[in-house]
Amino acid sequence: MTAPVYNFAYLDEQTKRMIRRAILKAIAIPGYQVPFASREMPMPYGWGTGGVQVTAAILGPTDTLKVIDQGSDDTTNAISIRKFFAKTAGVSTTTSTADATVIQTRHRIPEAALSEGQVLVYQVPIPEPLRFLEPRETETRRMHALSEYGLMHVKLYEDIARFGHIATSYAYPVKVNGRYVMDPSPTPKFDNPKMDNCAALQLFGAGREKRIYAIPPYTTVVSLDFEDHPFARYRHEAPCALCGADDSYLDEIVTDDRGGRMFVCSDTDYCETRQASGHRGSERAAPHKKDHAHG
Amino acid sequence: MAEQMMHDGAAPLMIAEGLGKTYGRLVACRDISFNLYSGEVLAIVGESGSGKSTLLQMLSAQLTPSAGRVSYRMRDGVTRDLASLGEAERRFLFRTDWGYVHQDPAMGLRMAVSAGANVGERLMAVGWNHYGRIRDTATSWLERVEIDTSRIDDAPRTYSGGMRQRLQIARNLVTEPRLVFMDEPTGGLDVSVQARLLDLMRSLVSELGLAAIVVTHDLAVARLLSHRIMVMKGGQVIEAGLTDQVLDDPHEGYTQLLVSSVLPG
Ligand SMILES: Nc1ncnc2c1ncn2[C@@H]1O[C@H](COP(=O)(O)OP(=O)(O)O)[C@@H](O)[C@H]1O
Ligand SMILES: [Mg+2]
Repeated sequence: MTAPVYNFAYLDEQTKRMIRRAILKAIAIPGYQVPFASREMPMPYGWGTGGVQVTAAILGPTDTLKVIDQGSDDTTNAISIRKFFAKTAGVSTTTSTADATVIQTRHRIPEAALSEGQVLVYQVPIPEPLRFLEPRETETRRMHALSEYGLMHVKLYEDIARFGHIATSYAYPVKVNGRYVMDPSPTPKFDNPKMDNCAALQLFGAGREKRIYAIPPYTTVVSLDFEDHPFARYRHEAPCALCGADDSYLDEIVTDDRGGRMFVCSDTDYCETRQASGHRGSERAAPHKKDHAHG
Repeated sequence: MAEQMMHDGAAPLMIAEGLGKTYGRLVACRDISFNLYSGEVLAIVGESGSGKSTLLQMLSAQLTPSAGRVSYRMRDGVTRDLASLGEAERRFLFRTDWGYVHQDPAMGLRMAVSAGANVGERLMAVGWNHYGRIRDTATSWLERVEIDTSRIDDAPRTYSGGMRQRLQIARNLVTEPRLVFMDEPTGGLDVSVQARLLDLMRSLVSELGLAAIVVTHDLAVARLLSHRIMVMKGGQVIEAGLTDQVLDDPHEGYTQLLVSSVLPG
């Protein structure tokens, strides 16, 4: 038996060229959803095949890859994507945000500021922000083409009418470069301001929906809102129990069956880096493991 | 001419010239011309299949005519051929200076979205960005169409047929359009509900000085709402004039049959 032979980063060169063309077009038209011929990947759609294809197309032998899932480097999903590229591209991998050149993410933007030369690749389930109220693809495309975005505010209006405030807390719509309204994928709205004027290149891949879109470095990204209900970030009103950070996005962790709970940084690397440099919270130990890898 | 006296020499709001539409060999509309002035309500009547809806769709730029053209005097006073408008201009016109009331409210409303957002959508589409002001305006429009304002956060799928139709009207009028198209606006409603809706439409049209083009097979609707009437048969206008004159003293045999309700709607 011989082990299967892969092309570098799994995809063949022609497919990578096709995806790179879509990426270049996406960068040229910030926030615009570019269709691409999404390929079958050796993992199910829910596992971020769109992000994986984008990563495969941009990865070079000297890159260092980090993969996060809900802020964590060690969920099953993050580990298997990291292993996939370690095996098919032989690139080095890291959990450190600062050391990575390419970061593939599901649901979070790292807390540490990204720098020039880094690329953040988002896994996107539903790329169309207008889908919620307008299921017809022909119509949503026309709305984008003509900048008819009243419907986006209808959604926010409904939130306020129902809950008294804009309750949308994930996939909170943004306008990119003053032109296209974009779904930032299901990241918490806490992360929205990090997309604005970001030094890194941000790429978004939706596998099932066959769309790629992008935010080039230093692009204006504005969260939609009303004058009398301005956009506001949200985080639990607490410091991280492990590192004491009061500026990071927190996960709530149940610690026992008597209602005990604590809040810890969702971004594992951020938290551990802080702890390593001496920052402490109220709790001593308890590592970040959320989900153990199998096999 | 009576028209010129009524309209003080102002240019028509809409001009239809030689409009025709064919589907293969079927002639749905043939050689239809008229002028519509500000504040004027025109009824288009005729039996089913006579071409009324086809005509309305051409007039509202949703359907490209096979022959002829439609011109409209824009808010800036310039009369333009609808065919010369770009898609963005046409769509903008459609949701600002025009209204379109469908027979089926589900076609004209977002059934799963609250009444307030249904009314507010056009405002948000033209850039209103203050929730409180949008909501206040929606509230006052619900009042005007006699919908209990405590229902503002309910979706129209929880509304009765008559309420849905009134909501559709509020949604259209919120941007103060100058022209409203209506296709069988009272169709499918109970008689008592129809009467209330007609009453409301009549008072709104006169209060706001709206022009309207109303397609109906119901001559009672035409009589109550319209100043002028066009009778269609087989895609052609066979008789036209002031509504009371045409209905009280029809010249064409076909119109006489319509008036005496011999023909099916
Ligand atoms: N899209 C279409 N394709 C083919 N024939 C059509 C189409 N729309 C309407 N027609 C035909 O055109 C004629 C006029 O239809 P319509 O304008 O709907 O009449 P009305 O509204 O007066 O009932 C009918 O014979 C109808 O069958
Ligand atoms: Mg019809």
